[in-house]
Amino acid sequence: MKKYSVFAIAREAMRGHKGWEAQWRSPEPKKEYDVIIVGAGGHGLGTAYYLAKEHGITNIAVLEKGWLGGGNTGRNTTIIRSNYLYDESAGIYDHALKLWDGLSQDLNYNVMYSPRGVMMLAHNIHDVQVFKRHIHANRLNGVDNEWLTPEQAKAYCPPLNIAAHARYPVMGAALQRRGGTARHDAVAWGYARAASARGVDIIQNCEVTGIKRAANGAVTGVETSKGFIGAKKVGVVASGHSSVLMNMAGVRMPLESYPLQALVSEPVKPVVPCVVMSNTVHAYISQSDKGELVIGAGTDQYISYSQTGGLHILEHTLDAICEMFPIFTRMKMLRSWGGIVDVTPDRSPILAKTPVKGLYVNCGWGTGGFKATPGSADVFAHTIARDEPHKINAPFTLERFRTGRLIDEAAAAAVAH
Amino acid sequence: MLLIRCPYCEEERPELEFRNAGEAHVARPADIAAISDEDFEAFFFIRSNPKGIIYERWRHIHGCARFFNAVRDTVSDKFVMTYKAGEPKPKKLPGVAK
Repeated sequence: MKKYSVFAIAREAMRGHKGWEAQWRSPEPKKEYDVIIVGAGGHGLGTAYYLAKEHGITNIAVLEKGWLGGGNTGRNTTIIRSNYLYDESAGIYDHALKLWDGLSQDLNYNVMYSPRGVMMLAHNIHDVQVFKRHIHANRLNGVDNEWLTPEQAKAYCPPLNIAAHARYPVMGAALQRRGGTARHDAVAWGYARAASARGVDIIQNCEVTGIKRAANGAVTGVETSKGFIGAKKVGVVASGHSSVLMNMAGVRMPLESYPLQALVSEPVKPVVPCVVMSNTVHAYISQSDKGELVIGAGTDQYISYSQTGGLHILEHTLDAICEMFPIFTRMKMLRSWGGIVDVTPDRSPILAKTPVKGLYVNCGWGTGGFKATPGSADVFAHTIARDEPHKINAPFTLERFRTGRLIDEAAAAAVAH
Repeated sequence: MLLIRCPYCEEERPELEFRNAGEAHVARPADIAAISDEDFEAFFFIRSNPKGIIYERWRHIHGCARFFNAVRDTVSDKFVMTYKAGEPKPKKLPGVAK
């Protein structure tokens, strides 16, 4: 892998940019690997990267039925934050946040992590009380989060409407300054390039159609559209399709898959300097470096794998955006899309070993997995390499739905799921 | 937006009138306090989440307010049929192979 640097740019500029190489290899699959990762999104590619970098396992295939980064990694609204209520969640999301800081240098790839601040608006007394509780809980966990008055919120994000007569009055806000955004595609591409350079085979257009098990129950490999590929360890990181894949190994999951939609506007000059979230009215907004407003909506109410959702969901979100930012009422929306998110009953992920020997699962990130990408990948690699969870993901078991030891962010995540 | 036929009102109405109520034909144990943790997990948390034909409950909350069941393809989001609550899971589905 040729290192990216200012010198590389200068060198290529001198010779007509003819020396750039492909960012990752596209090999045909080998007969057998030490580890197979199913799903080449950010979490899966990152897992392969950390397996190679931290644990010395390089005989890895990452299998992807479509193109890498084409699932939820390429469909989210790129928001990064770690201000979750419970200790377990703060642990894993803040682990990710610490890795975001420095990820570009680590990968030699600009993932454009921008800690521009994530501001969550409080519109009623309940919001105010819940957010203040979050702020205190976060501070006890060493996670930055602070309370802003409406005037401070407007100073931080000038186009915000804080008028007392507003339909959704702003009674204050919680601000995590280390939160922000990153370029989602670059995260997948950066991990893919760095993993490929360490010997990981990334195999696109290769759909897994079955998970093979030996007589003793242990995993022996996967059936794919490119034939059987052997491996004693298989990690499933397939977001909305995780339960479909786990069913192939005979494991029924506490997951339901819903469409989640987002949309972007025409590009305009810089106007939204941070990320603004409003859980009560269900809207997420930030501005990309290209100038588009990036707007996240809510999930549809029914299970679907269609990667589309109802228009009324988007209308509801845009209604809210226009109330909070009257300046945007005449903006034109350029495009919208949907992704399929796998939601657990307690709205916390499952990052764990499974009842099947050699089968590991990283799923259930629901509507908010992007922010966790580096942290999730790091501890999942640990789980696969050592065959035991890292202490950070130890609570995120599959068994918690039997023992009752839930991590109930469904009630506490400060987002309306 | 989905168009859903309410089997009680006998008419197709927009999704906004309805509330999805999860997987259908999940039987609540008669004595829930007596069942094992495994059985409780299976009843309460585990879902089939199929890619393909799903049997699900809907409630016509802004109409007749009654619960009913539907068969839908989760890939195309097209409804195969709807039927009244309490009716058995249909064995043959109109227009569906297998």
